[in-house]
Amino acid sequence: MPKYEFRVNGRAVSVNSWDPGQPLLYILRNTLGLHAAKFGCGLGQCGACTVLLEGKPVRSCVTPVQQVTGHAVTTLEGLGTPEKPDRVQAAFIAEQAAQCGYCTNGMIMATTALLHQTPHPTPGEAKHALSGNLCRCGTHTRILAAVIRAAKA
Amino acid sequence: MAKASQGRCVSRRDFLLTGGAVVVGFSLRSSLPKFVLAQGAPSTSDLRNPLDPRQVDSFLAFRADGSVTIYTSKVDVGTGLRIAMSQMTAEELGIAVDSVSIVEGDTALVPDHGGTGGSSGIPRGAVDVRQAAATARQAILGLGAAQLKRPANELTLAGSMVRPSAGGVGISIGKLIGGRRLNLQVDGKAPLKDPATYTIVGKPLLRPDVPAKCTGKCEYVQDHTVPNMLHGRVIRPPAIGAKLVSIDESSIRGIPDVRVVRIESFLGVVAPDEWAAVCAARELKATWTEWEGLPGSDDLEHYVRESAVDHDETVASKGGDPKAAFSSAAKQLFATYAWPCQSHASLGPSCAVADVREDGATVWTASQGSYGQRAQLAKVFGMPEEKLRVIFLDGSGSYGGNGNDDVAADAFLLSREMKRPVRVQWMREDEHGWDPKGPPQVLELRGGLDAQGRIVAWDTQMWIPVTVPGNRPLLAADAAGIPQAHGQGSGAISQNGDPPYAAENVRVVAHWLKQTPLRPSNLRAPGKIANVFAVEGFVDEMAAEMGVDAVEHRLRGLSDPRAIDVINRAAQMIGWQTRPSPMPRPAQGGLLVGRGFAYMRYKQAENYVATAMEVAIELETGKVAVRRVTCAHDCGLIINPDGLRNQIEGSIAQTLSRALHEEVKFDRSRVTSVNWASYPILTFSEVPPIEVALIDRPTLPPFGAGEAATAPVAASLANAIFDATGVRLRSVPFTAARLKGALKS
Ligand code: FES
Ligand code: FES
Repeated sequence: MPKYEFRVNGRAVSVNSWDPGQPLLYILRNTLGLHAAKFGCGLGQCGACTVLLEGKPVRSCVTPVQQVTGHAVTTLEGLGTPEKPDRVQAAFIAEQAAQCGYCTNGMIMATTALLHQTPHPTPGEAKHALSGNLCRCGTHTRILAAVIRAAKA
Repeated sequence: MAKASQGRCVSRRDFLLTGGAVVVGFSLRSSLPKFVLAQGAPSTSDLRNPLDPRQVDSFLAFRADGSVTIYTSKVDVGTGLRIAMSQMTAEELGIAVDSVSIVEGDTALVPDHGGTGGSSGIPRGAVDVRQAAATARQAILGLGAAQLKRPANELTLAGSMVRPSAGGVGISIGKLIGGRRLNLQVDGKAPLKDPATYTIVGKPLLRPDVPAKCTGKCEYVQDHTVPNMLHGRVIRPPAIGAKLVSIDESSIRGIPDVRVVRIESFLGVVAPDEWAAVCAARELKATWTEWEGLPGSDDLEHYVRESAVDHDETVASKGGDPKAAFSSAAKQLFATYAWPCQSHASLGPSCAVADVREDGATVWTASQGSYGQRAQLAKVFGMPEEKLRVIFLDGSGSYGGNGNDDVAADAFLLSREMKRPVRVQWMREDEHGWDPKGPPQVLELRGGLDAQGRIVAWDTQMWIPVTVPGNRPLLAADAAGIPQAHGQGSGAISQNGDPPYAAENVRVVAHWLKQTPLRPSNLRAPGKIANVFAVEGFVDEMAAEMGVDAVEHRLRGLSDPRAIDVINRAAQMIGWQTRPSPMPRPAQGGLLVGRGFAYMRYKQAENYVATAMEVAIELETGKVAVRRVTCAHDCGLIINPDGLRNQIEGSIAQTLSRALHEEVKFDRSRVTSVNWASYPILTFSEVPPIEVALIDRPTLPPFGAGEAATAPVAASLANAIFDATGVRLRSVPFTAARLKGALKS
C-alpha cells in the first residue's frame, strides 16, 4: 500500500492508504486515533471535520491524504488538553460554548485560524469566519462570545 | 463563575475500568457498582438490587473516600443534565459537587427511571435522584447519631460531615457508609432541604463535559472503537418502499477487504477500513424495484387536510358552544396555519457500535433511551433482554428521536451476521433522508370576539398523525423481513392548541390521521411549536383586528402573575412601544422594520415563556433578518442558571432555523432534501443577539427547560413580519421567496 508522510501536531507520521483519495479525516480518526475532527457531512458543507493545514483551516472530509504529504496538520488535540487548554479552548470553556459539542472541533479550529490572520476580529468578522461552520444546537451566540473572549486573552 | 469539576465526560469509562467491571461482553459481575465488587461476592438477591428504581442504592453509591456516584437512565445530550443532577444531589447530601460523578444510560448499571425526553431530565430524573439523596441523608444522620451518641435532630450534614449542630467533633460520610449499601427504599416523604439554605443549587457551575468536548477528549459514540471491529454502511433503497432485486458485487472489486451483507432487502457492506466501507456502499451496483408511494411535498398542506382520519378527539374544552358563539360574535376570524415536515438534522449522523455474540450482545448508542432501545432490539432480534447491554455515550444532539435507534439496529444486524463488532455511522444523506421526521401539522382556527375584543368563541381543529401503540419500526428489520411492531408516535403533539388567555366557548379538536407521509417521531417540543405558532399568530390577528397593541391585548386576558411577569419582562427588554400592528408601510421600498411578540405556557401546565423580536425585511427580496430577540423564562426552581440560559438560547436559535429555513422535501419516492444545501439551517450571519431574563421561583418545583423556549419563537417571528409588512405568514418556512411572493400580492 502506498505510504504518505506528513506531520500531525508536530509529530512526523507515516500512514498507509489503499486509496490516495482517502480523505484525511478517516486517516486522522482511524489510523492515528485522533477523534476530535468529526464526520458531519463528508461534503465540505458543515465544518465539523475542520483541521489546520499549514495553519489554514481545511475540511478534512474532502482533503485527500495525498495532498497532505509533506505538510503540517494541526488538530484540536494539538492545541491543548482539558487540564491545559490553549486560549481559544479556554475561551470556549469559559463561555460554555457547547451543547452537544459535535460542532465544537470545527468552531475552535476555525477560530484559531481566524485569530492568526485577524487577532482582533469584529463580531462581523467572526461571523464571517465561521459562516461555513454549522451548529445544530444553536450555540452560535456563545461561540461568537468565545471568539471575542479568545481574542482578548 | 464557580470552578468546574473537569473531565467528567469520560469518567464512566474510567470508572468501569478501575472498578474491575468488564466493558466488553456481558457478565453479571459487570452489573455491580464498584463498591459492591469491593465487598466480595454479593448474594443473589443483591444482584437485582442495584437496578431497582425503588432502592436508594440503585441511584447512589457512596465510596469510602466520601465521593458519590449517581446512576441514572436519564442522559445528558448536551443539555447540561449532568451538572444539574450533580448539583441537586450534592446539595441534598451536603457534599461538594466535584465529589459527585455520574453514570448514565448503561442498562447494566443504572436503574430504569425512564428515557430522556419531554424535558423530563430535571423534573423526573433529577428529582428521583434527589429524593434518593434525601432518603440517604436521613439514614446518614441516623448512623451519625448512633456513632456520635447524639439525637439525629441535633446533627447537621454539611461539608461531607455529620456534626452536632452546636459544633464539636463530627464524622465523615465516607466513614459512616462509604463502600456499603444502605439497603433502603426511596422514601417519597423524606424531607428535602429548605431552598433558602441552598448553596449549590442555583449556582452557574460549569458543565463537566465541556473541557473534554473542547479538547477532543470526549468520547462520543462516533469515536468508540472496540478490538476487532469492522466498519459498516447500509445501502438504503432509492425509493422508500423499494425491494432489492439484484446486486453486482463485481462493481466493488477494487475496494479491499469488503464483505457484502444481504438479507432480503437489507443491504450492507462491512470492511476493516472505514473508507473502504464508505466507497463500497457508494459504488455497489444494486437494482431495486420501483416504488412511488409518497404524495410529494409540494402540496403537503392539502394532502394532510384530506388524509384519512382514524378518529376525532376533543383534546381541550372550556365548555359552551363554540359554533353558536362564533356565529353570534361581533367579530369573526378564520385562519389556516400549516407546519411542514422537519428533520432532526443532527450535525453528526447517527452512529452505533454493536458486538453481538452467541451468549449476549453489547450496543453503544447515543439514544435518549437505553432501556427503550434494549427492549426494542431484544424483541426484534429475538434475544432475551437481560443478555443485551445498551450503553449510552455522548452523541451529536438528537432533539428527540433521530436515527439513533435505527443505526443501532443496522449495527446489530451486521454484527450478528459477521460475528464481529461492527460500527455503523450513517452518511449525511442517510440522516437527512431516513431519520424519522417531525410530522406535518395543519390547524384551522375560528375565533369570535365581542365588541370589546374579548374572546367569546375559539375553535381549533388540528390534523396530526395518530399514535399507534408499539415501537416505531426499525428500518433494518423491515428491510430484512424481520417481523416487528409498526407503532407510530410523535410525542404529545396536540398540546397548546388552546389560547392561554381568558376565553369562553373554547374547543380544540384533534383529527387524528391514520398516516403521515414519512415515518414520524418526536422532534423537540413535539407539535407545540406549530400549535403555538397558530394560536399566538391567531391571537395577534385578533389584536390587529381590534387595533389593539399585541402585548396589551395579551395582558388583558391574563390573571396569572407568573404569566404577566414573563410578558412584561420580555416586552421591557426589547423596549416595546405600545401601538397597534402593522406599522404603516413606507411609501417607498427599502427596509421594513417591525417587532413581534408571543407568549405561551408549556403544555399549559409548565414553563411560562414570552419572546419578543425585532426584524428587518428587504422589500425587494423578501429576505428576513432577525435583529434582536428577548425572552423571559420561568421554569420554577432554577438549578443552574448558566446551563438553563444555554438551553434557552439554543432553543431560540434552533427554532429560528426551523421557522426561516426548514422543510423536508420529497417526491413520490424519496426524500430529496438530503444535505445542508437542500436542507439549509441557520448560519452565523443570521443569528441575532439573544437576551434572556430568568425568573427564579426557589420554592416551586423545577420544570424541564430543554424545549419550552422553542414554542413561542415561530409565532413571535411571524408576528414581527406582520408588523413590518402587513403580511401574515401562516406557513413555515418564511423563506425570502415565500415572503416576496406574499409582499407582491
Ligand atoms: S464533515 Fe467535513 S465539512 Fe462536513
Ligand atoms: S453544539 Fe451541538 S451542533 Fe453545535
